[in-house]
Amino acid sequence: MNSIHSCFKAQIGGVVLPGDVFRFNGSSVEEDSNIKAEKMVCGPGLRRNGDEILACKSGILRHKQPSMYWIDCQQKRYVPVKGESVIGIVTAKSGDIFKVDVGGSEQASLSYLAFEGATKRNRPNVQVGDLVYAQFIIANKDMEPELVCIDSCGRANGMGVFGAEGFLFKVSLGLARRLLSPQSEIVKDLEKIFPFEMVVGLNGRVWVKAKSIQQTLIVANLLESCENMTAQQRQALFKRVAEGAL
Amino acid sequence: MQFMQRGLDADVRKQLEEEEKRIINDEHWYLDMPELKAKESFIVEERSYVPCEDLVYGRMSFKGFNPEVEKLMVLMNAPNEEEDEETEEKDKTRMDTDITDEEMAIRYGSLVESMKRRFAKKRERTSQRNEDDNVNHNIGETQPKKVFLKPQD
Repeated sequence: MNSIHSCFKAQIGGVVLPGDVFRFNGSSVEEDSNIKAEKMVCGPGLRRNGDEILACKSGILRHKQPSMYWIDCQQKRYVPVKGESVIGIVTAKSGDIFKVDVGGSEQASLSYLAFEGATKRNRPNVQVGDLVYAQFIIANKDMEPELVCIDSCGRANGMGVFGAEGFLFKVSLGLARRLLSPQSEIVKDLEKIFPFEMVVGLNGRVWVKAKSIQQTLIVANLLESCENMTAQQRQALFKRVAEGAL
Repeated sequence: MQFMQRGLDADVRKQLEEEEKRIINDEHWYLDMPELKAKESFIVEERSYVPCEDLVYGRMSFKGFNPEVEKLMVLMNAPNEEEDEETEEKDKTRMDTDITDEEMAIRYGSLVESMKRRFAKKRERTSQRNEDDNVNHNIGETQPKKVFLKPQD
């Protein structure tokens, strides 16, 4: 147990590549088993294979107390994960389900009953081409992913059809996560410029809306340019925009 | 007589039961495998970044652009926003508004009057009107309150 922690600790913050193995010998496990064995969580990018842990993505190894390890990587392809909230585009209506494009390998299905206040009699008003903010209730590699627009209590909580106006664009999954991280620097810098609204899906889709089309486009371009910029560069750019717009 | 017999003896009955049990056991199938030892795993796999990086709610609105979403943001990010309350209050003060404070004051000023008139009785209404007229003249002419006079015998 301790051995695997020490095995990870050496590499925290360092680059790992697919195929890297974190191994620990069984004897130490036997020793520790009489002490209370604490659970170890291996997050995205790490995979358990018997008694060893393999890296299956290239990126930076991250650690969170008490015992959570994952790989922070840059990728553009989204793989659905149960419980994650994404922005989808309705592509087809067929009988009692909608087909929704979420950017994964397969389109997700969304039942017409999975909306707040929907009944068999009272269908939600969803058209092909609408944007939905929804969360995965089924997502595994063998089955078609399924979305819902309600939580376990049947409330929408902001999910469902949105985005009558505004602008949708794609960013990398890493940037989407940076926007969603608590106390995100990008968001803090951006909200100083002018009032706007934003929806960020973990599938890398971002939707923004500001008071005018011009302002919407400014926000969208700023967000896109954040992909490859240092904090200083970003702050300088935002300052210039704020001065120019005012 | 046959029906008066005590039935079978105890040991004969036992023998029959055993035989029956053996037949059943022979017919049962079982897997010829070593006993599986369930090993408790202390490694949990997690496929989502949400618990790892403590990602926040995906809908956001700033400076009062969409008040509904701002309410939701507070609700959904509630557990980890205790220390942010001060900054939030500051945000509310600088929320931009369509209606200025003066407009609001004028509107409420007239609203108070019309509501007062609505809930007043007919008799009070006339007196109110008089009061309004008198405001500018400052004449302290107060009507005596009308009371029921008891008829004298």
